[in-house]
Amino acid sequence: MAAQTRKAAIVGGNRTPFARANSVYARASNQDMLTAAIDGLVARFGLQDAQVGEVVAGAVLKHSRDFNLTREAVLGSRLSAATPAYDVQQACGTGLEAAVLVANKIALGQVESGVAGGVDTASDAPVAVNEDLRRVLMELNRAKTLQQRLKALSGLRPGHLSPSVPSTSEPRTGLSMGEHAAVTAAHWGIGRTEQDELALASHRNLAAAYERGFFDDLVTPYLGLARDNNLRPDTSMEKLGKLKPVFGKGADATMTAGNSTPLTDGASAVLLASDEWAAERGLPVLAHLVDAQTAAVDHVHGGEGLLMAPVHAVPVLLARNGLTLQDFDFYEVHEAFASTVLATLKAWEDDAYCKETLGLDGALGSIDRSKLNVAGSSLAAGHPFAATGGRIVATLAKLLAEAGPGKRGLISICAAGGQGVVAILES
Amino acid sequence: MSDWYRDFANSGLGATITKQLGLPRPVELRRFEPGQPLLPGPAVVGSAGQGRLQEQLTTLLIDAGVTVSSPTADGERLSAVLLDATGLTGPADLAGAHALLAPAVKRLAPSGRVLVLADPPADADSPAQAAARQALEGLVRSLAKELRAGATANLVLVPAGAEAGLAGPVRFFLSGRSAYVDGQVLTLAAADVPAGQDEDRPLAGRTAVVTGAARGIGAAIARVLSRDGAHVVLVDVPAAGESLAAVANEVGGTAVAMDITAPDAGPRLARQLLARHGGADVVVHNAGITRDKLLVNMDADRWNAVLAVNLQAQLDLTQALLDTEGALKAGARVVSVSSQSGIAGNRGQTNYAASKAGIIGMVRAWAPAFAERGATVNAVAPGFIVTEMTAGMPLGTREIGARLNSLQQGGLPVDVAETIAWLAQPASAGVNGQVVRVCGQSLVGA
Ligand SMILES: NC(=O)c1ccc[n+]([C@@H]2O[C@H](COP(=O)([O-])OP(=O)(O)OC[C@H]3O[C@@H](n4cnc5c(N)ncnc54)[C@H](O)[C@@H]3O)[C@@H](O)[C@H]2O)c1
Repeated sequence: MAAQTRKAAIVGGNRTPFARANSVYARASNQDMLTAAIDGLVARFGLQDAQVGEVVAGAVLKHSRDFNLTREAVLGSRLSAATPAYDVQQACGTGLEAAVLVANKIALGQVESGVAGGVDTASDAPVAVNEDLRRVLMELNRAKTLQQRLKALSGLRPGHLSPSVPSTSEPRTGLSMGEHAAVTAAHWGIGRTEQDELALASHRNLAAAYERGFFDDLVTPYLGLARDNNLRPDTSMEKLGKLKPVFGKGADATMTAGNSTPLTDGASAVLLASDEWAAERGLPVLAHLVDAQTAAVDHVHGGEGLLMAPVHAVPVLLARNGLTLQDFDFYEVHEAFASTVLATLKAWEDDAYCKETLGLDGALGSIDRSKLNVAGSSLAAGHPFAATGGRIVATLAKLLAEAGPGKRGLISICAAGGQGVVAILES
Repeated sequence: MSDWYRDFANSGLGATITKQLGLPRPVELRRFEPGQPLLPGPAVVGSAGQGRLQEQLTTLLIDAGVTVSSPTADGERLSAVLLDATGLTGPADLAGAHALLAPAVKRLAPSGRVLVLADPPADADSPAQAAARQALEGLVRSLAKELRAGATANLVLVPAGAEAGLAGPVRFFLSGRSAYVDGQVLTLAAADVPAGQDEDRPLAGRTAVVTGAARGIGAAIARVLSRDGAHVVLVDVPAAGESLAAVANEVGGTAVAMDITAPDAGPRLARQLLARHGGADVVVHNAGITRDKLLVNMDADRWNAVLAVNLQAQLDLTQALLDTEGALKAGARVVSVSSQSGIAGNRGQTNYAASKAGIIGMVRAWAPAFAERGATVNAVAPGFIVTEMTAGMPLGTREIGARLNSLQQGGLPVDVAETIAWLAQPASAGVNGQVVRVCGQSLVGA
C-alpha cells in the first residue's frame, strides 16, 4: 500500500439528459442507461478498450436480474472487458458514495483511475409478484409429488394476482419521503414562497447553464432527448404559485409538484484518476475530491427529520478539514425538495439546534445564497435517485475549474433511511 | 446504401432490358480495401513526345507490384494506361497520345484507369506548346465521357521541380480510392515530400479533426481516417451528441460536442488539441448545412446561417489553429468540403453555393502560406452523394441526379472520404490549393 495518500482528481463526467418517469426513457432499462452514460464518457475521453481501475455504480430501484448491474454495463460498453466493477447502494447517496469509494482507492494507490456512476429508472422499475403469491410459488417449486403440487396450488387466491409495486415509502414509518419532508418543513417553519423561489432559481440556473453551453461536455443526448425534460425555462412564481400542495396538511401544506422533485429516469458517470494518470493521457483535472463524510439520523424514534442527516455530516467534515461553512465558493445542496434545502440551511443558522442537537459551540451560520446550486439542481433537472450524485460531482468540478485554481465547493446529499453523504471538492 | 437501379441493370433480365432500351448500365465501382493491390491487372506506360516521367512512372508501378505490359501486346485486359505527355512541343505530338491510348483503351478492364501526366500550359515555352498541353484537357475530359464500366480518365499537371511529389497522386488515381473521381485536372506543386509512407496505414500516429462527424459524409471521413491509422477527434453540435459518441466509439476517437459557430469554438478546439493530442496533423472542415430558397424568397436568417456554418466558421477555426502555437503540427493537412453547387451554382441555393464557392477562394488564398509551413490546404467538391439525405428525395429527382455523370451512378460517402484521406497523407505534400471534385464527372458545371 502507498505510504502516503493523494487526492483523487475529477477528470470529467457524462450523463444522459434526465427524463421524467414514463416519458422518453420509458422502455430503457437501468443497464441500457448506465451503459449509455459510460459510453458517452468513453467517447469524450477517448477511452475505447481502456482498462480503468474500477467502475463503481448502483441503482436504487433494481431488478433482481440486475444483481451485477455495473459489471454487465461495463461488458456492454466500449471499455475493456477486463475492467472490474461492483455495485453499491446507499439510496439517493449512491452516486456520491460511489465517487467517494473510487476516490479512496485512488488516494490509497490501489487504483489509478475509476468511473463512479449511478442510474435509476422509475419507469422500468421492478414489479414483484404479490408476497402471498410468491409464497405459493416457492411452495410449488419445492413440491416433489403431484399431490404436493396440487396442494400448493390450492393455496392460490384471485387477490394474489395484484402485483407489488415498489414505493418510495420509508419501510419503518410507512410515510412517503414527501410526507416526511413535510413534517420537517413544518417543524422549521419553511414557507411556500421561499420554496417556490428556490424552485424557480433552480429552473433559471439550469436553463442558463444549458444556454451558455455549460453542459456541452457533461451531457450526451440519449434516445433523442438532448436536455432534461423536467426543465421549465419559462416557469415563474405565478405558475409555481398556482400548483396545489401534495404533501402536508392544512396551513402546513406548502409542498407542491413544483417545489418537489418528480420521479425521474437517467444515468450519470464520473471519471476519477490520479493526477499522473490524467497527465499521461493529456486529460484535464477539473478538481480534486478532498474529503467526504456520511451520517445517519434516527428518524423513526429520535425525532430528527428523515432528510436531515447531511446537516449532521457537514460539521464533522468541516472540523476535520479546519474549515467554516463560509469557506466555500460553491454549495451543491441536493434539492430532494425545496423545503429540504431550506430546512438544512435554517438548521445550520440555528444556534440552539447546532448546540443541542449537533453538539457544536454555536450555529454554523448562513451561506451566501448566490453560491448555491448555481447551475441548477434536482428540482429543475429531475432526480433519478442514484444518478444525482454523479450529476452533482461533475457539475461542481466543472464550476470549480471554470472559477480557477484554489476554489472550494461543498456537496450535501440526503438519502432515504435517514442518511446523508457530503463531500468537499477543490480546484 | 443500395442502388436498386444499378443492381437491376446488372441482373439477367435487367441487363437485357437496359441494353435494348439503350439505358445507362452503371457497374459496381472498384473501391479501395486495405491490403488490396494497387491495380488488379497489368498497366501500360507510354509517352507522347520525349517525356521525362516515363521511367519514374514505370519504377513506381513495379515497386507497387503492378505488371507493366507492352502497349502493343495483345490479349490481357489492362487495369490502367499511363501517358507521359511532358514531352509535347506542339499539336503534332498529340498524335502520339492518340496512338498510345486508342488501342490501350480498347483493352481497358472494368474500373480501369487512364492517367495522363503533362506540364501546366501556363509554363509553356511557346503558344504551340501551350496549345498542345491545353489540348490534353479536352482529350481527357472527352475520353472520360466515352469510358464505360466504371473506368475513369484524369489529368495530372506536373510542373518542372514537382516530380518528387508524383507518387502519391499517381497511386491515388490508379487505386480504388479514386473510384468516383473522374475527368479531373490536378496541378502539383514543388514540395518536400517525405520518402515513402506505410501504404496500409499512411496516417498512423496522426491526429485528425473532423467537423460534422456525427453522421453522413463526416462519419465516413472519420471511419476512413481511422482505418488509415489516425486518431480522430470528432466534432459535431451538442444536439447530435448521441450519434457523435457512437461514431467516436466505433472508430476509437474522441468526441467533442461543440457548435463550430460558437464564438470561442476555435480557441476551445485549439486548447483541447494541444492539451490532449499535442496538436492536429489533419483538419477536415466537413460540417455544413443547407437552407434552400429562391433568392427573392430567402430571409436573412437562412442566408446568414449557411454562410456562418459553411464558410465563416471554417475561416475562424483555421485561423484560431494557425494562431495557437503548436495547434497545427508541422506538415499539417487542411481539407475543406466544398460542393458541386459552389462550382456550377444551383437553383434555390444562392446562399449555399456562395458559401461553397467561398471555400474555393479560401483554400487558394491560403495555399502559399501553408506551403511555407510544409503544410497543405485543399478543397474537395462532392457531386451527387448517396446519403440518408438524398434517400429522402423524390424518386425521379434522385434517379436523375444520380445518373447525370459519366459513371452513371451516385457516389458514396466513402468516395468523398477516400479523397480526403488521400489529401491528408504525408505523400500528398505536392497537392496544395487544389479543388478535387468527387462527382463521377458530373454533367453539372463540368
Ligand atoms: N450529401 C451530398 O450529396 C453533398 C454534396 C456536396 C457537398 N456536401 C457537403 O458535405 C458535407 C457533409 O454533408 P452530409 O450530406 O454528410 O450532411 P449531413 O447533414 O448528413 O451532416 C452534416 C453534419 O454537420 C453537422 N453540423 C451542422 N452544423 C454544425 C455546426 N454549426 N457545428 C458543428 N457541426 C455542425 C450536422 O450536425 C451533421 O452531423 C457538407 O459540408 C455538405 O455541404 C454534401
